[in-house]
Amino acid sequence: MKLTLKVWRQKNNKAAGQFETYNVEANEHMSFLEMMDVLNEQLIEEKKEPVSFEHDCREGICGTCNMVINGQAHGPQKGTTTCQLHMRHFKEGDTITVEPWRATAFPVIKDLVVDRSSFDRIIQAGGFISVNTGQAVDGNAIPIEKDIALKAFDAATCIGCGACVSACPNGSAMLFTSAKVSHLGLLPQGEVEHSRRVLNMVAQMDKEGFGMCSNVGACSAECPKEISLENIARMNREYFKAVLTSDLK
Amino acid sequence: MSWITNFLTSSIGRKLLMSLTGLFLILFLIVHLAGNFQLLKNDGGQAFNEYTVFMTTSPLIKVISYGNYLFILLHAVLGITIWLKNRKTKGKTSAVASKNEDVTWASKNMALLGILIFAFLMLHMGDFWLKMKLNQTNMIDYGTGPIKDLYENVYNSYSQWWIVIAYLVGLTALSYHLWHGFASAFQTLGLNHRKYTPIIQFVGKAFAILVPLGFAIIPLYFKLFIVD
Repeated sequence: MKLTLKVWRQKNNKAAGQFETYNVEANEHMSFLEMMDVLNEQLIEEKKEPVSFEHDCREGICGTCNMVINGQAHGPQKGTTTCQLHMRHFKEGDTITVEPWRATAFPVIKDLVVDRSSFDRIIQAGGFISVNTGQAVDGNAIPIEKDIALKAFDAATCIGCGACVSACPNGSAMLFTSAKVSHLGLLPQGEVEHSRRVLNMVAQMDKEGFGMCSNVGACSAECPKEISLENIARMNREYFKAVLTSDLK
Repeated sequence: MSWITNFLTSSIGRKLLMSLTGLFLILFLIVHLAGNFQLLKNDGGQAFNEYTVFMTTSPLIKVISYGNYLFILLHAVLGITIWLKNRKTKGKTSAVASKNEDVTWASKNMALLGILIFAFLMLHMGDFWLKMKLNQTNMIDYGTGPIKDLYENVYNSYSQWWIVIAYLVGLTALSYHLWHGFASAFQTLGLNHRKYTPIIQFVGKAFAILVPLGFAIIPLYFKLFIVD
């Protein structure tokens, strides 16, 4: 299949960046990243700079293959990362626009690669639990109600790719932060630091310059793991509770 | 900073203020509409005029109305600052608009709709509240002493097509604003549950249609059936 690609090229953080148009010959069995590989091989043969993009596992769990494809984070297929998106979802002769994540808190490093270390700092602020190291605890040593375990697991499927921030018209990181707050806070193991966690993670999120949620829902709609807005409501509840009932300032 | 300012200036704290002031204004809409329905009574405006005497003299209503002005301003000013901040945090937007069907147009245009509603409010307040305050109102006596004939002001305003149309535009903006805002206020408060969120969403959408429609009936009824 013959495709026209309009790819965002940006030398570095300071450069202005612009779209470049390329023609690529792909086949429908390729993943989107494989199609990008074809483009890069072509560019290398032409002695041109290949397009920088992040990728690692290529099986939908590492959260690095971040691209805005035709205006949608990770492209048109619901609940799918770019690496799991196949070219059969496009048609012969299509023009596809490929951009990096769009948010001030995710500055472009080069082409399609953005700096997501703001997410790392949100995690460092409270996205952890304290446990004794040593032997692994028995699977069912702590009984957890099935519904709660499922909710925590659903939140834990967040791969921290940042699609939510890019999809959000406000550049808000509330879906990501709330997924982490929920994943840990719902379980007894995360109960110990719960109030401190939600306060610190929200404070760090604000400090990193993410926007404010206005419940548009684009984050959840474009999330490759389909993280629910219920998590944002939970984070808000837990935040109010921590502010009003804990001794923490 | 104390914990209170920390809380109220945090992203969630600011959204909480938007939610609470918004919910108050939703309550206000119900009361306002219920009062206005007296304009449709076929009594030459007596019921409405007597009702306005109560609304302008009751100390309780006075306190609530000052609260109402304050909350409208707070909701508007805070909304604008949040919108400006969010534009900055978003930075560059994608070159192609997302075709996501799960996202409503209203939810992405709350600030624009809010500005339209505020402009409408200015017209509305200038037309009725200001004229009343400046005593540009005739007096009428129903046998209990002279009272302001605000019904006549309503009649005069709604005789003009441009005002009726301005009201319809303002109410359409309100309808869209509520379409997203009603359920959104509950989500911000942290009230999201599989059992009752579908109910909140249904009530919100019904409210967003019925309440502005109720308000719209009044100028249309005046222009089409009473004046002409």
